Amino acid sequence: MSDPAAHVVILGAGHAGGTLAALLRQQGHEGPITLVGEEPIPPYQRPPLSKAWLKGEADADSLALKPLEFYAEHNIDFRPATRAKRLERSRQVVHLEDGGVIAYDLLAIATGARAIALPIPGADLSGVMFLRTAADAEQLKATIGPGRTLAVVGGGYIGLEVAASGRALGAEVVVLEREDRLLARVACDTLSSFFKGYHEQRGVDFELGCSVVGFEGRDGFVTGVRLADGRLIACDAVVVGVGAQPNDEIARDAGLDCARGVVVDLEARTSDPNIFAIGDVAHRPMPIYGRMFRMESVPNALEQAKQAAAAITGRPAPAGEAPWQWSDQYDLKLQIAGYAFDVDEILVRGDPATAKFAVFHLKGDQLQSVEAINSPPEFMMGKQLILSRRAVDKARLADPSVSMKEVAA
Amino acid sequence: MAKITYIEHDGTEHVIDVKPGLSVMEGAVKNNIPGIDADCGGACACATCHVYVKEEWLDKTGEKSAMEESMLDFAESVEPNSRLSCQIRVSDALDGLVVTMPESQH
Repeated sequence: MSDPAAHVVILGAGHAGGTLAALLRQQGHEGPITLVGEEPIPPYQRPPLSKAWLKGEADADSLALKPLEFYAEHNIDFRPATRAKRLERSRQVVHLEDGGVIAYDLLAIATGARAIALPIPGADLSGVMFLRTAADAEQLKATIGPGRTLAVVGGGYIGLEVAASGRALGAEVVVLEREDRLLARVACDTLSSFFKGYHEQRGVDFELGCSVVGFEGRDGFVTGVRLADGRLIACDAVVVGVGAQPNDEIARDAGLDCARGVVVDLEARTSDPNIFAIGDVAHRPMPIYGRMFRMESVPNALEQAKQAAAAITGRPAPAGEAPWQWSDQYDLKLQIAGYAFDVDEILVRGDPATAKFAVFHLKGDQLQSVEAINSPPEFMMGKQLILSRRAVDKARLADPSVSMKEVAA
Repeated sequence: MAKITYIEHDGTEHVIDVKPGLSVMEGAVKNNIPGIDADCGGACACATCHVYVKEEWLDKTGEKSAMEESMLDFAESVEPNSRLSCQIRVSDALDGLVVTMPESQH
């Protein structure tokens, strides 16, 4: 069914869209490829923005997925600083905000997600920032440093990575979290308290269970965060990291099936057979859990780019994956595989006090997810066990004297 | 520039000039060489940039860190000359380096 001459139009030049364009060429697609991105630069890696890049350990060139010349050399029509406005599916065209029109044979929606803004007074002050794009990161890096105080709203992974990088850059950092523990939506108590302690030892202050009601400023610049209990937390900059929402409006408006994002199948195909959706914007099946959900991670973006590329070029679909993600904070490497759905037991392997341990989440004797701190064997073997759905011997799993290879044997 | 030869599992060769300072992984990815996935972009978090370093180059490519060793230990088809290519920094001393790729990166 594949048409090697098809014009593939990709909306969104993030990790998913950029990877799809490159994979299509790598796999021999000959037809035109148009890559439309709203940012002014070619596709780049976002994860380092809150990690190595923010600390100055990676430069802009190293962030780019491919050098700019790559796109012309591979006959990919890359259109930066361009936004799609509307799909006209009956004519198979995309209307751009600048008035342009692009006709497609196949379309991939890779528009990603955007940071959720807080609808509170002062949110438009200078110095109240998000961390989503390279431009956001540039602004943040220019703002924080020794003698400056950074307030981070949201104690999730982005917030904690920014806190760690902020400390590395010499800034004072306070993290404000609505829940009574960090990482409340994504991790268990053990991990929450471990991260809190680790950050506190490195000088980060926390205000948990607090509600941010406004930002205060002087001459248009933020100077403090107002809490519901009346206190003012003085600061020179704010990063709001309270989650993201999918940029799926263009699909909804065009009548494509949507749930918590654009609904796709295992080929990353939407309810319109000529349209794919990949990356943070997609609500996709995850066979190992027998359910559909939306993920925000690079490995997910890559996997779905592979699915769509295989479908477009008529190649076999990728074998299927255990989802995973990672986070770097200070000298900690956190690697997470799977998602903790329907968990009825949590096992900790190793001692959190040593900053080298893993938390396993089980449903019966099946492993649903693992969070591994400085523990690659637990992550790597855990990921394989999650994918295979094999029964796990819990006693052996919880015993660090039994190697992970033996646990899985 | 250092000339690096990347050989796919099926024998297809790619000879690339890679700028010193980049990693062997980045040299492949930025030139769209198939067979090195590098899902994590070089954070030593995924083991999907696994390569085999030609024996005569093993000394020059340096020592594996404990983290790399540990990640590689659980990759597929690991051999004594296995490396994670994101952990090999390109320098003029690596001009002529030859790496081959495993059948898959999972």
